[in-house]
Amino acid sequence: MTVQSDAAVEVRGLVKAFGTRRVLRGIDLRVRQGEFMTLFGPNGAGKSTLLKVLATLSRPTSGSAHVAGRDVRSEATEVRRLIGVVPHESLLYEDLTPRENLRFYARMYDVPRAGQRIQEVVEMVGLSGRMDDRVGTLSRGMQQRLSIARALLHDPPLLLLDEPHTGLDQQALTTLRDVLCDALKRGRTIVMSTHSLDEGVRLGTHAAIMVRGRIAYEERAETFDAQALAREYERCTGARA
Amino acid sequence: MSGFWGKATAIVVKDVLAELRRKDVAASMLVFALLLLVVFNFAFDITAENEDLLGAGVIWATFTFAGVLGFTRSFVLEKEKDCLSGLMLCPVDRASIYAGKMIASLAFMLLVEAIALPLFAVLFDLDVFQLGMLPVVLLATVGFAAVGTLFSAVAVNSRARDIMLPLLFLPVVVPVIIAAVKSTQHILAGDPWSELWSWLEIMAAFDAVFMVISSYMFEFVTEQ
Repeated sequence: MTVQSDAAVEVRGLVKAFGTRRVLRGIDLRVRQGEFMTLFGPNGAGKSTLLKVLATLSRPTSGSAHVAGRDVRSEATEVRRLIGVVPHESLLYEDLTPRENLRFYARMYDVPRAGQRIQEVVEMVGLSGRMDDRVGTLSRGMQQRLSIARALLHDPPLLLLDEPHTGLDQQALTTLRDVLCDALKRGRTIVMSTHSLDEGVRLGTHAAIMVRGRIAYEERAETFDAQALAREYERCTGARA
Repeated sequence: MSGFWGKATAIVVKDVLAELRRKDVAASMLVFALLLLVVFNFAFDITAENEDLLGAGVIWATFTFAGVLGFTRSFVLEKEKDCLSGLMLCPVDRASIYAGKMIASLAFMLLVEAIALPLFAVLFDLDVFQLGMLPVVLLATVGFAAVGTLFSAVAVNSRARDIMLPLLFLPVVVPVIIAAVKSTQHILAGDPWSELWSWLEIMAAFDAVFMVISSYMFEFVTEQ
């Protein structure tokens, strides 16, 4: 059910269980439009599951999750139009070229003037020179950049990124930062999970630490004190950030 | 072209393009079908008395097992790099994703059948190039693809997908296999069209029912 809200993401009492194992144990979260929210937490905290629920890839067991006021369960198709997702895997067909992959996704998203838009996002991620090579021949960093281009193709108002820094070289990291910075300037909302405190606080305006399926700490700030956040992380998780 | 069929066509084009590069699904089905035909050729002594009975069985045993092999591979492409999630993230009716995957599988199967049938005719010295074979092959293959695509999506998330798919697929397509074998027997025996109709109707009804059920079920089987 659609709800009137100025929040880009609104999650209430969200529970996700796989059999008897509860991965999310009552998450409450609100991300305003134009915010950059970073989710920190150790492995198994439920960050990826939360992002999957928001991306409509996983159905909540109970509670509710809305993206721009739309229910991820009952209005999944509308939610999918509003989100761009960069998960662990690239979601790209290795036997096709970057151009063929992006054309395919452009058709699936009904992107107008697809050729021009593909050129724009490819230039944004700096992959213009490898557009006709097979994806399988590209490095992990290049595939990740292409995955970001795929997520940006339909210019979604909400970006969901699941540990996007993993395996990136310095050039790809810089590209990712530039893309995220540009998206923020254009009023897009970003929710990103990461293990990297430095990357998370660089652009973040909202940080949360997840532990065992719950939000253990949440803070909003213009700029974060990375050391203070590291101390909170250690307090919440018992481990160093 | 957008909308339901535009999205389905995009999936078919993508699958065909990937198959042309990879030569994986159709090639493995074809090699398997040809091997089966050669083995059956040595195993059975087909004479004028038993040609309609044995010939029909050989054709559909070959196509059924080659089909299982192809369906096993159908969603493997989508599983690599988690492309299935990429498809599921698209703001697209799940039925159009099912339709696209089904049509691609159907095209690969028909291609294999178009190559294997002439070889069958040569090896077994049987006249399969009769007009009646066209609706039989089309209806039976649509039935296989309708069920096979759904169960391929179910099996791909299972660790034992190579075993799971035939276990799910074969019992369900038994009515199609029986109808295809019976109608092929009538064709090879030179019986009139009136003998074929009831079997063609069974296959057409099966196809219609399973295309509707499978496209509806597809959303549930791909959900986490």
